[in-house]
Order: sequence, then structure tokens, then C-alpha cells
Amino acid sequence: MDNHKLEYLLRLGDSTLVLGQRLSEWCGRGPALEEDIALTNVALDLIGQTRLWLGYAAELEGAGRTADQFAFLRDAHQFRNLLLAEQPNGSYADTLARQFLFDTWHYFVLEGLQRSTDARIVEIAAKSLKEVTYHVRRSADLVVRLGDGTEESHRRMQDAFDDLWMYTGELFEADAAEAALVQQGVIPDPATLATQWQRHVVEVLEEATLRVPADQWAQSGGRHGRHTEHLGFLLAEMQFLQRAYPGAQW
Amino acid sequence: MAQALALPAVEQVWSWLDAVPDPEIPVISVVDLGIVRDVAWLDDTCVVTITPTYSGCPAMTLIREQIEAALATHGVNSVRVETRLAPAWTTDWMTPRGKANLTGYGIAPPAQQVVDISGISRKSSPALVVACPHCGSHQTRLVSQFGSTACKALYRCGDCREPFDYFKAH
Repeated sequence: MDNHKLEYLLRLGDSTLVLGQRLSEWCGRGPALEEDIALTNVALDLIGQTRLWLGYAAELEGAGRTADQFAFLRDAHQFRNLLLAEQPNGSYADTLARQFLFDTWHYFVLEGLQRSTDARIVEIAAKSLKEVTYHVRRSADLVVRLGDGTEESHRRMQDAFDDLWMYTGELFEADAAEAALVQQGVIPDPATLATQWQRHVVEVLEEATLRVPADQWAQSGGRHGRHTEHLGFLLAEMQFLQRAYPGAQW
Repeated sequence: MAQALALPAVEQVWSWLDAVPDPEIPVISVVDLGIVRDVAWLDDTCVVTITPTYSGCPAMTLIREQIEAALATHGVNSVRVETRLAPAWTTDWMTPRGKANLTGYGIAPPAQQVVDISGISRKSSPALVVACPHCGSHQTRLVSQFGSTACKALYRCGDCREPFDYFKAH
């Protein structure tokens, strides 16, 4: 079903877009020059990937919309991103924990999408996977350095993982749309992804001397357009120009 | 009817493109970088196929314009630059001359053929040996996975103490 595929592409493209926008908020404010550069480079990769996913979504929809129109002219309830991606930057520990949890999920999703029955998805996934391999290596490295760092950095990393943990259940939710796509071999099985994700997250958190949060309760809704209060503010900033000057180009 | 002017040979076009520098690393041409994938004539239009290094590479528009401008100076005015995503660009397509030019410019070339995407476990990832482009020492240390552009990492040399960019395998 192409409707299911369109829905899935929006979930992917909206997640990379919203997280890319979040990371861009760090531009010029990073705790060290190297970190500032790294975060904005990751943001650039994510936004580049967004253009590919939403561009394909626009083609499938066949209504003459472009990737830009998807990004700038939809309201919060039409966004299908993961709640994790829209969480505020908070402290540097919050940003890093969010990034590591997302990157690990992103890596395994793309790795699985390389075997999709949809050739276009395979192309985009193969391109993105190379970039995301560097993202996840970096975020894992920093989680270990800060988790197994000073007393304060350890405490802050632990608090960040505890706070964000409730948004990780949504990463592996399977609804009817995704079940159908799994059946057709278009996307990897979320249950498999959950196992792969869990293994890597536990491995890195243990090395970082951090405790894997035990809370199983999961917040969900992002992939169905029900978002936390943070997304509206993010979109207000990101979409301002196109809302104030419709159709502006440069 | 006058005979149409002969079109320049494809090899000739390749050599013209070899004079188009990468906008961010001007010592290496777009051909040396491996982003020009194909040159062909479609009637009297020269079709140049390029592939992005990174999906968010901000230089792609500029590269497209520079290719058009370079070919125009050689009288090729009908040019179409197409973008192709697959197979994904790899640093393995960089020419030996390109890699040598990078070193001369102070950027360490990729130390692996391609990035290893087969796994992310930290237990099985051996540290990379990157030679300092200034003094040749192997006593170098990764400072950050991301340098001045997404395609580079930042390293520091333990011997000559200089920081340097490393062009990541991709």
C-alpha cells in the first residue's frame, strides 16, 4: 500500500528534520568549538537525508508538493516524527543522551532498510548509513567519556537517560501500517530493531558505568501526530519565513 | 545545409572537468574527488552526472554552477548536470593524485578504503592509524569525529604537536 509507505517516509523524514533543527539550535553555543562543529555537521547530514526522504514522499503522494512544502507548510499535528527527536536540547548531557538513543535506532533502521524491496529506499538508506555510522560512533564515545567521567558528568548523564527513557518505547512500536510494510519486505521488523538497539545501548551504558533505566512505561503518539508541547515552538521558528513570506525563494 | 560542428570528445570534456576545483578543498578537482560519475553527449547536450559526497553537502549547487561555467569557457553551452545517488559516493573513488594533493595541502587522506558500516560495537572497532600530513608521524590522536566540514575529522599530532584535518573514509 503506497499510503503506508508514504506514512513511513514521513515518519523517517520528519524525525531527521526535527532532530536536525534541534541540533542547529546549538550553532554558535556549543560547549567547545569541536562540539559546536560536530553537532552542526550532524544536523547538516540529517537535513540532507530529510530532503531525500521527504522528496520521495512528495513523489509518492503525487500531489505536486515538494520536500520544502512538507517541511515548512504542515502544522504540528501533521508531523510524524518521534517524540524523542523533538525533546528540547536541555543541558549538554540531555542533548548527548538524546543523540545516542536516536543514532543507535537510526543506524539499525538504515541497516535494515538496505534490504528493502523498494529500490529507492535502498539507495537513500545506503547513502545515509555511511553518515550515521559516524554519528553513532561519536555519540557512543561521548556517552562513555562523560558517563565514566567526573561525579558531576556521571550524574548528569544518568539523569538525562532517566528523563528520556520514556520516549524510547515509541521507536519500536508496530502499528498496522508498519506491519503491512514488514510483510511486504519494505521495512525491517521493529521487534528485531528493538533487540539490536537494546544490545548496543546496554553495551555502551555499561561501559559508561551508567545504569540502564528499568522503567518500562512508554510515551507515544508522535508517529500519529500527537506531540509534546515542544514541537509547536520548534516549528514556529523553523517555519517563520515561509509563513511570513509565503513562497519566498533565494 | 552546413555540416554541424564536431562535438568535443568525451575524454576532452573529462580533462576540462579535471580543472574544476572542489569549492571547499581547492587543491583537489571534482574528478579527483570522484564525484563526476559520467560524461555523455545526448544530441548536442553534454550530460554530466555527479554524485553528492554527503547527502547534505552544501557545495553541490556551487559545483553544478562551476561545471557549467567551466564547460562554457570551452564553448560547450548546452550542459545538463544530473545528480545520481546510487551507488553512494565513496572515498575509494578518489584518485591517487587527489590523495597526494590532500597531503600536500595539510589534510591526511583516508586511511581505509571505505567506512566500515558492518557494525557499531565498540569492542570490535580497532583504532585507526592516521599519518600526520605535516611530519609523517603515526603518533596522532583523534580530537573530534567532525572537522571543518562533515567529510573531515580533527586530529592532533603527538610529535610535531600540530592539529590537522583528516579526510574520513566514506
